[in-house]
Amino acid sequence: MELLLQQILAGLANGAIYALMALAVVMIYQAIDHLNFAQGEMAMFATFIAWQLIQWGQPYWVAFAASVVVSFLGGIAIERILFKPIHNAPILAQLIAFIALFSILNSSAGEIWNFTIKTFPSPFGMEPLFGERLISTHEAGMIGVTLVILGLLYLFFRGSRLGLAMRAAAENPDSARLVGIRVGWMIALGWGMSAAIGAVAGMMIAPVVFLEPNMMLGVLLYGFAGAVLGGLTSPGGAVAGGFAVGVIENLAGTFIPYFGRELKLSIALAVIVAVLLVRPAGIFGRIVVSRV
Amino acid sequence: MMLEVHGLRAFYGQNEALHGIDFALAEGGIVALLGANGAGKTTTLRALSGIVRAAGEIRFDGETITGRATEDIVRLGIAHVPEGRGTFVRMTVEENLQLGAMARRDRAQIARDAKEVYAHFPRLKERRRQQAGTLSGGEQQMLAVGRALMLRPRLMLLDEPSFGLAPLIVEELFEILSRLNLELGVGMLIVEQNAELALDLAEHAYLLETGRIVMSGPSSEIRRDEAVQRAYLGY
Repeated sequence: MELLLQQILAGLANGAIYALMALAVVMIYQAIDHLNFAQGEMAMFATFIAWQLIQWGQPYWVAFAASVVVSFLGGIAIERILFKPIHNAPILAQLIAFIALFSILNSSAGEIWNFTIKTFPSPFGMEPLFGERLISTHEAGMIGVTLVILGLLYLFFRGSRLGLAMRAAAENPDSARLVGIRVGWMIALGWGMSAAIGAVAGMMIAPVVFLEPNMMLGVLLYGFAGAVLGGLTSPGGAVAGGFAVGVIENLAGTFIPYFGRELKLSIALAVIVAVLLVRPAGIFGRIVVSRV
Repeated sequence: MMLEVHGLRAFYGQNEALHGIDFALAEGGIVALLGANGAGKTTTLRALSGIVRAAGEIRFDGETITGRATEDIVRLGIAHVPEGRGTFVRMTVEENLQLGAMARRDRAQIARDAKEVYAHFPRLKERRRQQAGTLSGGEQQMLAVGRALMLRPRLMLLDEPSFGLAPLIVEELFEILSRLNLELGVGMLIVEQNAELALDLAEHAYLLETGRIVMSGPSSEIRRDEAVQRAYLGY
């Protein structure tokens, strides 16, 4: 029983990171209807920026805040410079742009900071929470941070004019323009927010997986899985999906004998495919009906 | 003149859909654009709003606005109620109205204007927390007009407001439009296939055929024209 509880909690902790990545993926998906394959590399690069600042002697939270702000601005810049000009290009052209961005960020990070593995500090510490061995303070912190970000996003999208404008631009760009919303800037803002959320995810996972240019590859895959499972059109669903993927992965790894450790990713993805067969738009997603 | 249009041409890709049309609308006036399907009525409104590429001259309050971005044209006080109503279907009625005021900053006045819109359209008030996509066609058209009003527009571009609505609802809607014009002095450029209705509301009308204006004049004159009667009024 304790093993089960422990595995669920550990799954939720990993799931928190998948949830953050899923959230970042959904933010951009809502704006441009594409998955951002470079999402993980953007997060990794942001984490390196924080690491560099810490190396230069800045306190953790200063480095954290700076990384989030730089990511936000960087996300906007990437949209304005790279993706706005090809907004109407065929999907393959956009895909190539995502791959280019992935590759540029990955190799630049390798060039600047090299490929050796680095440790990254946790702001919450790695001690057992309340002296129990069930979950560490860092794991609890990851879950807390994810829930706080989800809450802030909810308040932003439901309670502010700018949030309303962003939702309108995503739902119906033509009508949004007709009420004076600058749709292009709303898309850029979505990129900025997505990059900032990704930066937080990177800095939360780095103490666990260690910092190096390829650290986000697996995480992003789980993030995509979480987003698709929860529904690409629903931020809350994406977070739930991310947590679910983390728990399924961990339980499969522990309790399914023989496959366990090696195949836990396959098992998690198989469960997701099974869910999508029943609910193609994800558990919380909305089926998009388009007139032809 | 509040709106003056000279030699307006509009394009879909390489295809020219309007071949140089001229018309004008006085401050607070109502003008109807009539014509069959495909005559260029909707395209004219889209050209005015900067949704399609346009050439020629569009002057609003003496200022040339041809080629400007839609978002900037809206900010001058031109509210476009598009074909198909442009409802934000997944948002509430209230949110749809708030979106109409997105180009404004005067929050206190926006709240008062929302009350005013509800006074004009009591049915919307009953449904303010409901998802707009669940409204009936007539209610969505009321919402589209209400959303446009939230801009405090000086000019409304109305694209087939009667489309798909039951006759009684149409009558109600046109009464409201006429009242809005009288009370608020909002100018209206209205595109209609229902020529009878449009001529009742408008003082002046233009008849479009395949991207050209073929006739214009006061509504009463247009109504008496035999060709118009045969083609559009069904006498």
